[in-house]
Amino acid sequence: MRTATLKGWLWVHKWSSLVSMTFLLMLCITGLPLIFKDEIHHWLDPHPELGEVAPGTPRPTLQNLAEQALASRPVGHVVTAVSFEEEEPDVLLVSTAATLDPPPNAPWPGQHTHAFDQRDGRLVLQEPPAREGFMYVMQRLHVDLFLYEPGMLFLGVMGLVMFAAIVSGVMVYAPFMRKLDFATVRAARGPRVLWLDLHNLLGIVTLMWLSVVTLTGVLNTLAGQVARSWQANELGPMVALYKHEPLVMQRAPVDAVIATARQAAPEHRLISIFYPGRTFSSPRHFTVVYLGNTPVTSRLLTLALIDAKTAELKGFVPIPWYAKTLFLSRPLHFGDYGSLPLKIVWMLLTLMTIVVSGSGIYLWLRKPAGRKAKVRSPTGANEAVA
Amino acid sequence: MTRSLWLIFRWPLLIAMVSIVGLVSALVGDGMWDALSWATLGIPAVGFSAWCLRPFMQDGRRERQ
Repeated sequence: MRTATLKGWLWVHKWSSLVSMTFLLMLCITGLPLIFKDEIHHWLDPHPELGEVAPGTPRPTLQNLAEQALASRPVGHVVTAVSFEEEEPDVLLVSTAATLDPPPNAPWPGQHTHAFDQRDGRLVLQEPPAREGFMYVMQRLHVDLFLYEPGMLFLGVMGLVMFAAIVSGVMVYAPFMRKLDFATVRAARGPRVLWLDLHNLLGIVTLMWLSVVTLTGVLNTLAGQVARSWQANELGPMVALYKHEPLVMQRAPVDAVIATARQAAPEHRLISIFYPGRTFSSPRHFTVVYLGNTPVTSRLLTLALIDAKTAELKGFVPIPWYAKTLFLSRPLHFGDYGSLPLKIVWMLLTLMTIVVSGSGIYLWLRKPAGRKAKVRSPTGANEAVA
Repeated sequence: MTRSLWLIFRWPLLIAMVSIVGLVSALVGDGMWDALSWATLGIPAVGFSAWCLRPFMQDGRRERQ
């Protein structure tokens, strides 16, 4: 590599790293507990035991449970969705709020979740969404810095800068390794040489993983845009006729909607039913949300529209390529697709990334004294570093 | 001796390829596919972490002696 080219890459590596480093460290540190989010939630906040139900107990209708949830909330609140949980198939979750959709870039006012035992209609849990606590703070810092979509997009840009640091890191790796064997760690030549070797080695072995996690993280920051495009291009045209209709208030019971939903896609897992009048439904339709049943399709959302008056299936909403890309990229960011051992590997790779980042800062701070611009490379050849 | 790009990058390249196998395999299926992912991502991560910790362990030993 020509000296000028190398200088250029070193410049890119230095500045892209310096710009993104604070955020990379923050994302690594907040990401560590988020890898084990499910485990921590189960541990901190175990679901109440459902208990036994006496044989012959009449099952309430789900419509009745939804109405019961709403009745416990202030007048004017609405049911926004009913949902099912994979681990607790007997539980029905009813979501209520003061508005049908969350306002842009603000908390959803009045949001409340009601968990019912479907077998006897017992209210198991009723609570607002957690807006405090360790995991909430970790999640918000990691996802949007408490700044909603602008914060997400900012972190997306930082992710791109981080990727520039990764690429330029590979470009400057070669000249440093010209005279060294792979995985050389020189411990006897002082801390700077030691940390340089560790930085180079850990950087190059985590390269692929960190690139994938960085780029899938960047993709995730586009979730809002993906949802809006999906709504505008696929769902919008299907419900264009009804867009300006008044909200249908004489609705089929939600049990009938659920029955239609299950019948329409028996091979899918029913996750949620969005109520009419929302951005992702229509004044006249419920929107059913499913996930697939195979390891790959279990990440893909499928949407269907169901007529609110008749509970008849209106049709499936096509899923565009960019939404598919987003859904399939998510596990690659979260590391939640290969049970606990993979999460532990994810944690170890995150710790290695912290060392790469930290040693990079150290190397930048500890430029050999008196030679600000020119640094003797570890092998004795002169190389421009700063 | 000055090394060629191939000599410099053959190990990093192999590790990158093995990482891709690990990242994708757990997506494809469960069971064996998950195990393949743990091995291909986990063994290099544990191995190189241990390798990088070695100088610090030796320091500790030398100080104790």
